[in-house]
Amino acid sequence: MLLAVVLAQLLGLAVQVRRPTADNSSHQTRLIRYWVVSLISPFERAFLFVGHGVSHTWDDYVDLRHVRVQNQQLQAELNRMRLEQSALAEDARQDIRLQKLLGFQQNYISKTVAGHVIGTSGTDLSRVVYIDKGFDNGIRTDMPVITPDGVVGKIRAVFPHTAQVLEINDQTSGLGVILTRTRLRGILRGTTDGRTEITDILPDERIQPGEQVITSGGDQVYPSGLPVGVVERIVPDPEQNSDVALLIKPAVNLSRLDEVLVITQTQDTVPSTMQQDVSTSEQRAADVLAQRLPGALPPPDVGPDGKPLNANSPPPPVRPPAPLHPDRFTPGATPPADDLKPGAAYQKQMFAPQSPANGTTQPGRAAQPSTAGSKPTATPTSKTQQEPQN
Amino acid sequence: MEEHRFHPLVLILVPLLAIFFQAYLPLRFPSVGFLNVPVLVVIYFAVSRRSPIGGTLLGMIIGIIQDALTHLPLGVNGIIDCILGYLAASIGLRIDVDNPGTRLIMNFTFILLASILHVLILRRLLGIHEQWYGLHEVVRAVVNGLIGVVLFALLDRLRQRQ
Repeated sequence: MLLAVVLAQLLGLAVQVRRPTADNSSHQTRLIRYWVVSLISPFERAFLFVGHGVSHTWDDYVDLRHVRVQNQQLQAELNRMRLEQSALAEDARQDIRLQKLLGFQQNYISKTVAGHVIGTSGTDLSRVVYIDKGFDNGIRTDMPVITPDGVVGKIRAVFPHTAQVLEINDQTSGLGVILTRTRLRGILRGTTDGRTEITDILPDERIQPGEQVITSGGDQVYPSGLPVGVVERIVPDPEQNSDVALLIKPAVNLSRLDEVLVITQTQDTVPSTMQQDVSTSEQRAADVLAQRLPGALPPPDVGPDGKPLNANSPPPPVRPPAPLHPDRFTPGATPPADDLKPGAAYQKQMFAPQSPANGTTQPGRAAQPSTAGSKPTATPTSKTQQEPQN
Repeated sequence: MEEHRFHPLVLILVPLLAIFFQAYLPLRFPSVGFLNVPVLVVIYFAVSRRSPIGGTLLGMIIGIIQDALTHLPLGVNGIIDCILGYLAASIGLRIDVDNPGTRLIMNFTFILLASILHVLILRRLLGIHEQWYGLHEVVRAVVNGLIGVVLFALLDRLRQRQ
């Protein structure tokens, strides 16, 4: 009886007392939550460790079938993505320049911490998960959590070796988003049954299912441009008669989370790793394109003088073929500058066409050297005309 | 009615294990979230010990531990589990609940009651408009009832022989 009473009072105390979080932020955690998480999380981490050990042993040593084929497929996909990246790199640079001109501040992800999901809340009403990284790993509250597929949520509470992540489909969650095609902005919220939706949207016939949704960056938590999901359906807003709600299918499978990335640092300039990656992609893309281009002429082995070219000699200049019907715009038809006098009329020059193989000339045309100061010496024909010289 | 006793370690470890599995298994098997193992454990120990005070306290403690893993206010599951613990112990004083059929009906009823209490607390106390899908909750109660019968049979082995 005494034990029960003491326990009850201890419980009451733990429920009331708020303990400052490890990062000394304004958010404080109740002592009971701290005790329970500290009690449960080591077992979850142990289970995760054992599970990963077994799976890694199997994957890395036993089940090595199809690894070579998979490697080739991944290499081909990587080459394709490098081509795409290099194509987009110039657009991205232009975008950065324009943003600088307009005074925008783009946030780039500069540092992340990878973590494994080790547990959930155990109830559908609270969409939180726990990861195996905490304050000691540089995690702080309100840091965004993502995967390569998209946004997962943000850090809600931090413990020494664990952190609680509030998922975007929780009813208390919200993030600023923008539709990629229609550029409409809104706030994505979770619902009690685990769905995500954007409410308070004016009806717009341009919004179609399948439109991509990305973070807008307006909430100052998530960097802009991160994938959030796609529009699944458009339904009337139950609270606002004139508005509609967009049901969003998250880009990340929130019920099957394994590894996540916590964005611990952002910067307003392009990170050096990204710049290096882009330049590598451009170089690699050039190599790939050089291999794929058909019909590329091999460099000539001899120069214009007929002498063989060595590796150090510059490539011979490529000259266009001679035109069949030359006129005054033909390269080489313009008289040299020394022969031209200011104010002198430009003498119309008649040019002989390039003679065909049998050596005959076409009627109506005559060959003419292109000098303005000398008398033209044209072969007389019925259509030949000469302008008087000054 | 016979009152069953358990080793103190069993009374501590079994509820903790139940909470741990409820928190961890949905990661690997999302459908496990359909179950409510901690509530089944509260019902079992309450009917076995046949002590309303003990059942109430046990339900309160397990419920608050469940709440501590969420980000919702403490006490939602605490209220539900302590009510269930009290009712289960009271029923255990009057009815023989060692029969599997009785256990199935009892578990079904209590899980359904827990679901109703859940919605009432969320809507009336917290102002959260939680949707209540009747058929879904009935199916959930049936599944938990069946799982409870199996779980109770396993936990019967942990009773102390008198």
